[in-house]
Amino acid sequence: MTAGSSSFTEFVGSIAPELLPARRTPPSTPVTTEVPHGTTIVAVAFPDGVVMAGDRRATMGNLIAQRDVEKVFHADEYSCVGIAGTAGMAVELVRLFQVELEHYEKIEGATLSLDGKANRLSTMIRGNLPLAMQGLAVVPLFAGFDRETNEGRIFSYDVTGGRYEEHSFHSVGSGSLFARGALKKLFREDFSSDDAVLACVQALYDAADDDSATGGPDLTRGIYPVVAMVTADGFHRLDDEAVGVIVQQVIDTRMSSPGGPLAPLR
Amino acid sequence: MTVFPYVSPEQQMKDKADYARKGIARGRSVVVVQYADGILFVAENPSALRKISEIYDRIAFAAVCKYNEFESLRQAGVRLADLRGYSYDRRDVTGRGLANAYAQTLGSIFTETPKPYEVEVVVAEVGDRAADDQLYRLTYDGSIADEHGFVAMGGSAEQLSTAMKERYSDGMGLEEGLRLAVDVLSKGGGEQRTLGPSQLEVAVLDRTRPRRKFRRLQGPQLERLLGGEARDPAAAEDHETGSTAP
Repeated sequence: MTAGSSSFTEFVGSIAPELLPARRTPPSTPVTTEVPHGTTIVAVAFPDGVVMAGDRRATMGNLIAQRDVEKVFHADEYSCVGIAGTAGMAVELVRLFQVELEHYEKIEGATLSLDGKANRLSTMIRGNLPLAMQGLAVVPLFAGFDRETNEGRIFSYDVTGGRYEEHSFHSVGSGSLFARGALKKLFREDFSSDDAVLACVQALYDAADDDSATGGPDLTRGIYPVVAMVTADGFHRLDDEAVGVIVQQVIDTRMSSPGGPLAPLR
Repeated sequence: MTVFPYVSPEQQMKDKADYARKGIARGRSVVVVQYADGILFVAENPSALRKISEIYDRIAFAAVCKYNEFESLRQAGVRLADLRGYSYDRRDVTGRGLANAYAQTLGSIFTETPKPYEVEVVVAEVGDRAADDQLYRLTYDGSIADEHGFVAMGGSAEQLSTAMKERYSDGMGLEEGLRLAVDVLSKGGGEQRTLGPSQLEVAVLDRTRPRRKFRRLQGPQLERLLGGEARDPAAAEDHETGSTAP
């Protein structure tokens, strides 16, 4: 019997290790602004599940590398993952993570628990540590619907692979300070799914307002945040039309109140 | 010194083939049928050990007879498909590629090892249209055949094939296809039996689904389909079994 044979990463590591991001030799000098970076991701839990949203900008120093990049992905049927950090590394990590989950499911005939998935992602980030130390860091945000406890859960990570469960809401990336500040004032325990989506879009708007690396909604090109929802019914990505309506609503209200909704002082 | 009597290669191969055939003849049967929206797999299998499985987005695997042998083939198939899809692209994983790999493996096991695998395997790939569907049947010696419409394998394969041939037609609905397969299976082996949902393992490759086309039909949904009530299975599915039962 060989242990770990349900893991795709372990299988690839034994037969084609060069395909794994963690096996690469880090560059001798740190890489900073020469490669595209992804920026802000937010996630909000609500009683029926969890919503995750990401802006669409990738930056390369002072330049906008891409204006319609997607940073929130389907991880499997009951979870999603959003990424901030070095775009190239992050996209590869997500691809590997998606295959990892599906592979386990097919080999074992059962899905991993939500904690199992979160731990697996943790191991993969830890493998990237030497590269992270040279500036090629990836910081994901993982969220999913736990089918054992019937709730939406959010997990954040640091570059060393540390895994932390977040309660209610969280944000990662360069604009995360502003987004988290906004969510702190906007979040309510009894959010409906629509409220949770609206809170995410508002928080991303606030992040884009104060962080140059986070892109705001682009009305001229019709580029809106990617919004994904995971509930008992599974993963669902909102289509651009639905997000467009919410974005328009946010912009209309901000025409008269540019700072967004006002929280009561007392 | 022990002296082994000379056995001609013809005799050796024949002995191995007889051995494998005898093993397979003892196993329960599986029927694979094309229907309008995809490919249907029906196995007489009351146990929790599966004979029908998902390999990749559009590809599924069905096998009969010796569980440990076809399970190792199945796992190797999943690994091959996932690795290929990860190194290139998901679209680059094809049923034909996988069937070829299985044929090579089964062929070399048959010629090189003293005991051949006692298995028969079907690799099926569902296309965007019925005309693009592919069915490959592989036998214990690595022979591969490209089939159309339906495949029956296992214990009473010939008898089942004859029965299927009489009643199969292109473009059947899911319920019709399922009833045909269950009917044929329950008459297999000579005597007429009744096969209920608990004795059946049923799955489909449904071309109308997004991305992963494989789906198991089980529980109340299977009962309803077998009961023959006119209802759209696709609409009822997600609420009852979850969207992807692995």
